[in-house]
Amino acid sequence: MTAYKFIETSVDQQIGMIELNRPKQLNSLNRYMVGEILEALQAFDRNEEVRVILLVGKGKAFSAGADIEEMAGADSMSLELLNQFADWDQIPLIKKPIIGAVHGFVFGGGFELALCCDVLLAADGTEFAFPEVTLGVMPGAGGTQRLTKLVGRAKAIEWLWTGERIIANELQKYGVINRIVSPELLREEAFRFANKIASMPPLAIRMIKDSVNKAVDYPLYEGMQYERKNFYLLFSSEDQKEGMQAFVEKRKPVYKGK
Amino acid sequence: MSETIQYEVKDSIAWLTLNRPDKLNAFVAQMNHEIKDALRMASKDDNVRCIVVTGAGRAFCSGQDLSEVDEQMDHGQVLRDHYGPMILEIKKLEKPIIAAVNGVAAGAGFSLALACDFRLMSEKASYINAFIHVGLIPDSGNLFYLSQLVGTAKAAEISILGEKITATQALDLGLATKVYSQEDFEVEVKAFAKGIAMKPTKAIGLIKRGLNDVQTLPFEEYLQREAESQRIAGLTEDHVEGIEAFKNKRSPEFIGK
Repeated sequence: MTAYKFIETSVDQQIGMIELNRPKQLNSLNRYMVGEILEALQAFDRNEEVRVILLVGKGKAFSAGADIEEMAGADSMSLELLNQFADWDQIPLIKKPIIGAVHGFVFGGGFELALCCDVLLAADGTEFAFPEVTLGVMPGAGGTQRLTKLVGRAKAIEWLWTGERIIANELQKYGVINRIVSPELLREEAFRFANKIASMPPLAIRMIKDSVNKAVDYPLYEGMQYERKNFYLLFSSEDQKEGMQAFVEKRKPVYKGK
Repeated sequence: MSETIQYEVKDSIAWLTLNRPDKLNAFVAQMNHEIKDALRMASKDDNVRCIVVTGAGRAFCSGQDLSEVDEQMDHGQVLRDHYGPMILEIKKLEKPIIAAVNGVAAGAGFSLALACDFRLMSEKASYINAFIHVGLIPDSGNLFYLSQLVGTAKAAEISILGEKITATQALDLGLATKVYSQEDFEVEVKAFAKGIAMKPTKAIGLIKRGLNDVQTLPFEEYLQREAESQRIAGLTEDHVEGIEAFKNKRSPEFIGK
């Protein structure tokens, strides 16, 4: 496995885990690190041994945000030329399920990274925030867009304007978090959930992710057409034959991801 | 260093003594914050397995120091800035906390006692929900805890009539865990705290978590969290020790982990 500088990766029982590993800086995201995260996601996406990707943070926090020092001296043109968000743009192209398990602080860029996950688990008491406004800027890696699509305009604009901390319970009410778990068991519960998804037929999981994401962007009619094509597509898979055969024969199906 | 309180850790017990005896340990903003900081310290200190809050001199705590109150004061802001964070720190505490009510606990002093897990009272001690006498409402979580402890009807009586509650009455109402004679008070409090400190601390923390969950979660989610907590408790050394001791018919020696 590739050696990374700011993250660690491992594969265990079809689950590919990415651990943010800059604990002293509370996993604040520098550009190189985002590049590594993308690289690891892409590698897992291609890796046949991996069915589900799990994203976690080492140490006290998932991620306290972007590396401010790295950005402090930037000007508009240097940012345009650097095109740093191109890496972020590629995260939604990952086809396999990404499960985020967050704890401690999930701020700014860390929050944006969490919002890139398909399923989000949070340790009880986890604090989220978009504090960019307090630095005279705003989120730049999808924060204003993803948050608004998830929670609606009213709350999104309040949280983005005030930069205030949002406790996991509050975010769960708005549908940002799937489950809140005991802090001590975050990893264990995340693995349990990841295992559940990994035991499902991978192609169906993949097409569902693809279709659900289209629901966010497409008008309903186009989304329905898109869904239908994916539905038909799955009838070319061995897993569909196996799944339906097993149902008829009243036995447990064995899925191969083919 | 703290000026309005004393903080000392001894034999796994953190003693937090309100220390403005000439003012009957009345709250000033600094004291709110020193209590909060001391609780945070106790929470992080692995050597601490029990916290005791008590008052120096003849009172437990007489509530807000009225010399700090003037017409300009925004009472809401005082709660948000000073009392709220202190009470929230107690709520978040996953270690047992005992109020050793050595004397009168009035107003926010009563609230402080209510926020603790246990209330040990001296026979000479008393409560008074004094807020009504100055045209205010019981604050610092007072009505929240009080209504849970005694029910809505009694909470209304205590808060609206504002009458003194003696230690004996407190015991009947469920507002005291134990009442001790004045001369035995210190010794008995120490013994009680020691007993608590020797229990499986992690399990106590998880029980407190569960009691909070009862108030905030729907039943099915509560059961989910209960399973998680029992999983955590099942992984503690104290659980292993408890089972071992039971099998070998000896008393367990818990280490709090």
